[in-house]
Amino acid sequence: MSARETILKAITANKPTLVDLPAIDLADVIQYTDLLQQYKTVLQSIGGGTVELQDLNSLKEELEIKKANGDFVVNRVASLGEVEDSIEHLTATDLAAVDTAYLQGTIAVAENGAIWLYESQMGNRLLPFICQHLVIVIEKKKIVPTMHHAYQQIENAKEGFGVFLAGPSKTADIEQSLVIGAHGARSLIVYIVG
Amino acid sequence: MSISKLSHAEAAEQFIKDEPRTDWHDETLWFVRQKRDKAAHGLPEWEKLREWASQIKDHTLSNLDNYLKEFESKAQDNGVIVHWAADGEEHNRIIYDIITHHKIKKIVKSKSMLTEECGLNEFLHAKGIETVDTDLGERIVQFRQEAPSHIVLPAIHLKKQDVSDTFHEHLHTEKGNNDPQYLTEAARQHLREKFIESELAITGVNFAVAETGGFIVCTNEGNADMGAHAAKIHIACMGFEKMIPKAEHLSVFLRLLARSATGQPITTYSSHFHKPREGQEMHIVIVDNGRSRQLGRADFRNSLKCIRCAACFNTCPVYRRSGGHSYHTAVAGPIGSILNPNIDMRANADLPFASTLCGSCSNVCPVKIDIHDQLWKWRQVLVAEGYVDTTKKIGLKGMAFVLARPGLYRFAGKAGRAMMRMFPWLLNNKLNPWYKQREMPAPPKESFRDWYIKNKQQ
Ligand code: SF4
Repeated sequence: MSARETILKAITANKPTLVDLPAIDLADVIQYTDLLQQYKTVLQSIGGGTVELQDLNSLKEELEIKKANGDFVVNRVASLGEVEDSIEHLTATDLAAVDTAYLQGTIAVAENGAIWLYESQMGNRLLPFICQHLVIVIEKKKIVPTMHHAYQQIENAKEGFGVFLAGPSKTADIEQSLVIGAHGARSLIVYIVG
Repeated sequence: MSISKLSHAEAAEQFIKDEPRTDWHDETLWFVRQKRDKAAHGLPEWEKLREWASQIKDHTLSNLDNYLKEFESKAQDNGVIVHWAADGEEHNRIIYDIITHHKIKKIVKSKSMLTEECGLNEFLHAKGIETVDTDLGERIVQFRQEAPSHIVLPAIHLKKQDVSDTFHEHLHTEKGNNDPQYLTEAARQHLREKFIESELAITGVNFAVAETGGFIVCTNEGNADMGAHAAKIHIACMGFEKMIPKAEHLSVFLRLLARSATGQPITTYSSHFHKPREGQEMHIVIVDNGRSRQLGRADFRNSLKCIRCAACFNTCPVYRRSGGHSYHTAVAGPIGSILNPNIDMRANADLPFASTLCGSCSNVCPVKIDIHDQLWKWRQVLVAEGYVDTTKKIGLKGMAFVLARPGLYRFAGKAGRAMMRMFPWLLNNKLNPWYKQREMPAPPKESFRDWYIKNKQQ
């Protein structure tokens, strides 16, 4: 018998009688009077920064300046200008040199500061992790209260990969001292537009 | 990686010899526990969430064979290669075969308690294959040839000067520079090189979703993603209990996991893997290693609901004061003391006794495992099966005899209090192991029962 059959057979023999799934009622879940404020507070508490904008003009300017300075920036946000489509086949060595990546987020979660990113928004799966600094643009109306709401609004399995990303990379593995910038991005700024 | 051969009590005795360090360890973990409390209290629905999580896991265990089949077929449709391993040995063998088939030299690994449980690193090392652990805490203990002492905070037993010395030796950092920022930066540079040149990445799995065939990996550092997205081959290893039915259930578990673990609202990265990227090969290894046996033990099957948050470690007065290594197994702490006797009863018969049964673990557990009850039940099983030494057995039998007889209990209590007053040296001597490192309190003159009867009228 293969391991697969042995295991499945043992589970079938040993599992308890079927019990029901619970009903999850969103009326029981925390409500926030001001989603934007909640989102900003939590993101700051986990090491991220927020900027509120009416439009993206100032961010566009910033991006242009960085490009003019010769910084290696990758833009994946259509409303910020030309989108880099050719990064899919870049190697890890190439991407390790990226200074700042600009990404469009799908939704943001007020309770924990997370933003959902589809693979198609990254252009390359490695990009949001390997870049030194990360900028994410999100529409203000795309902030949802909790993870329950978030999963209702995304199709998490639509693409090969997706991530809830909350703040810059961090660690506290050395005597519980928080250090920002473990392996992934050293900083995250979320631009909230609208 | 050295796993202690001493019993929990013997290893704990070594650990507490350094009193300031024991206090520091105790306080550090209690601080993490307090952060957990703050996060939990921030959500009015916390108890509901725990209840939902517990029920979802109960349901999943009761339909696990079907969910695993559904998961397998969805994952295969997504282009993922699924393997099954009956035990740790088979798990290691499967990974070894993938490595040799592709002639891989450079391997990075992110934190996976399952690969620790299976002894993967040692197995591969014996075959001349080196893996690089990339979680900062795991890298530190790997350099030191130690095992992780905690499932979430692998290097929690070490002080910054220990890390500084280790990095000075292996990464040539400045001697005596204990700054965590500086040390982390050195590890970042060192491990970036490893990520970039690696050909194969091994990760664990936090949750596997039957409905989608996807699996979720949670980290704060981003090391699982750096490895998996850079390498040509990604192998994800999971115990079969990682299964949950639907993606919407992730909301419940992701809300609980990081809050229970470190008090964060969520881990920095909650990565959802469904398909290999173009040109990549993705494998999932589903492991039993005693889990199906545990599923059949009605008293202990609940332990398979564990989501490895380590809240029970951080709150446990025994864990905090004895250190993770004293549990001599991959998964230490209260939950480890339930899981490990199932894997090897003889080798781990001491572990269910490494508890005061205070119940704090059960109170914080996000999936509501009755941890302290199970520890108590394991003690009965281990005694009945003859895995417990005679002194402990006589003590336990005597206790059960007295506890079952209220009259005798009251008499024994009275006699005990009198004895302690009149002949304290009878108890406070070298033959009584309870006396090591302890001072006995002055015995009360009367029992609570006597006091209560006397005072209840007033
Ligand atoms: S038993 Fe409960 S508290 Fe302990 S690690 Fe598992 S889920 Fe967390």
